[in-house]
Amino acid sequence: MVEVKNLLKTYNQKNVVDDVSLKIEKGTMTSFIGPNGAGKSTLISIITRLIAKDSGDIQIDGQDVLKTDSNELAKKISVLKQSNSINLKLTVRELVSFGRFPYSKGKLTKEDEKKIDESLAYMELEDLENKYLDELSGGQRQRAHIAMVIAQDTEYIFLDEPLNNLDMRHSTQIMKILRRLVDELGKTILIVIHDINFASCYSDNIVALKDGKIVKQGRACDVIDACVLKELYDMDIEIQEIGDKRICVYY
Amino acid sequence: MKLRYLIILLVILSFVSVFIGVSSVSPFDLFHLTEDQAQILLVSRVPRLVSILIAGMSMSVAGLIMQQLSRNKFVSPTTAGTLDSARLGVLVSLMVFTAASPIQRILVSFGFALIGTFIFMKVLDRIKFKDAIFIPLVGLMFGNIISSLATFIAYKNDLIQNMSSWMQGDFSMIMSGNYEVIYISIPIMLIAFFYANKFTIAGMGEDFSKNLGLNYRQVVNIGLVIVALVTSSVVLTVGVIPFLGLIIPNIVTIYQGDHLKKTLLHTALLGAIFVLFCDIVGRTIIYPYEIPISLTVGVIGSAIFIYLLLRRKKYGL
Repeated sequence: MVEVKNLLKTYNQKNVVDDVSLKIEKGTMTSFIGPNGAGKSTLISIITRLIAKDSGDIQIDGQDVLKTDSNELAKKISVLKQSNSINLKLTVRELVSFGRFPYSKGKLTKEDEKKIDESLAYMELEDLENKYLDELSGGQRQRAHIAMVIAQDTEYIFLDEPLNNLDMRHSTQIMKILRRLVDELGKTILIVIHDINFASCYSDNIVALKDGKIVKQGRACDVIDACVLKELYDMDIEIQEIGDKRICVYY
Repeated sequence: MKLRYLIILLVILSFVSVFIGVSSVSPFDLFHLTEDQAQILLVSRVPRLVSILIAGMSMSVAGLIMQQLSRNKFVSPTTAGTLDSARLGVLVSLMVFTAASPIQRILVSFGFALIGTFIFMKVLDRIKFKDAIFIPLVGLMFGNIISSLATFIAYKNDLIQNMSSWMQGDFSMIMSGNYEVIYISIPIMLIAFFYANKFTIAGMGEDFSKNLGLNYRQVVNIGLVIVALVTSSVVLTVGVIPFLGLIIPNIVTIYQGDHLKKTLLHTALLGAIFVLFCDIVGRTIIYPYEIPISLTVGVIGSAIFIYLLLRRKKYGL
């Protein structure tokens, strides 16, 4: 369980994350939605120790994140930030192998190799494993990064806008894989996402943020609600039920 | 390019290097050397070869580490103020401790090189506009500021001739007794090999490193210490060899990628081969006279550098 209490982060006298408290159950997929500048990415970065907090308390499975050894933590939580910034010439397999770094420090064991093969297979990247990252399309590169996170084999996976710059087909493909990770492997996934319909269709729970504060958190069907979304985005959003899915129409 | 070919080439060139020079020593004499010939080999030729190999390897590896840590293909000890800072350090050690031993000099020079490189990396952190060409330009400017400071101090103290001797890399003065400081580079390079994986991860950024539980700051600092130590030991013994840390790692990347585990050995070997080749050219082209290594490396290296720049435009490196 991820437990955050009264988290506060201030930049230039502005509270980017303002008194946020939340609880995330194991084995669920939680989406963080909200307008630009709501503090979603900052919140994820603080929980995963990438950014220092100003005050508050973060516990994962009852352990204080800041008091846990960074390498031990890397076996429990993994975080993927927007990944298009990497410009090193690495092959897909080399990148995925880094996922095993917390376990083997670069000297790959047989078990590591097996995990790497499994992750590549899971993301259907076997044919591309010896290609360099700069030869891949955006969707393939994103899959390679997620394969690395799978190889890292952590209970908790944090993703910051994994659908950025992807077309519909690739976005759906990624979301389906994330869903499978939760359903088949029992992972806990926390994801920052802009497309509220993807959040509505694929996640169990949604946390809606605005100006650093939580507007509403709860089951996806409760948060995808005209009143909540009006408060969140300052626009009228009509919600239609198609099959068992709640779809937002805001065009 | 296979590792095997690099090794074979290196052995052949090393062999050639030992038997070039004004006093003739031919390979056939090897088993019945006269006393003079043995002297020449032990006092001059072999030390020269060893220092060429170490300088070529270590400056290339230093360049590779800097490029990885700064995440920029055009950063090297020459373009980040490291070399200039090391030289300023040598100057200061000459002035302040007139009777300094080589070890004391290297320590002072190392201190300056380290501080200089740190300042450059700090500047890099603050630059918002991270254009690939812009950053090395900042480094060159920074290096020139330090270098002009050094020149000013040297003028004031009548040390200008002394100083220009480290400006130009030169292997002709290498003799047993005055080059041994360069051996420091060998254990330092071994440490670099030990950290290959960590440097590669650090090259992917702070967030990426933290996610994998790597202590990013610590790895970067170790990298900078390695670069500063290697640079100052080479500046003290051989002098400045331009372009080396810039072009060799870039050539290796083209065929071997960016994983340090795969590129480190290639970079080291290719660097040694390149300097050895340039040295042989410099020694034979106006035989029996000699062209300093910084000139031959400068001419050949800048041609390769221009080629790499044009190629980069074509393929978008």
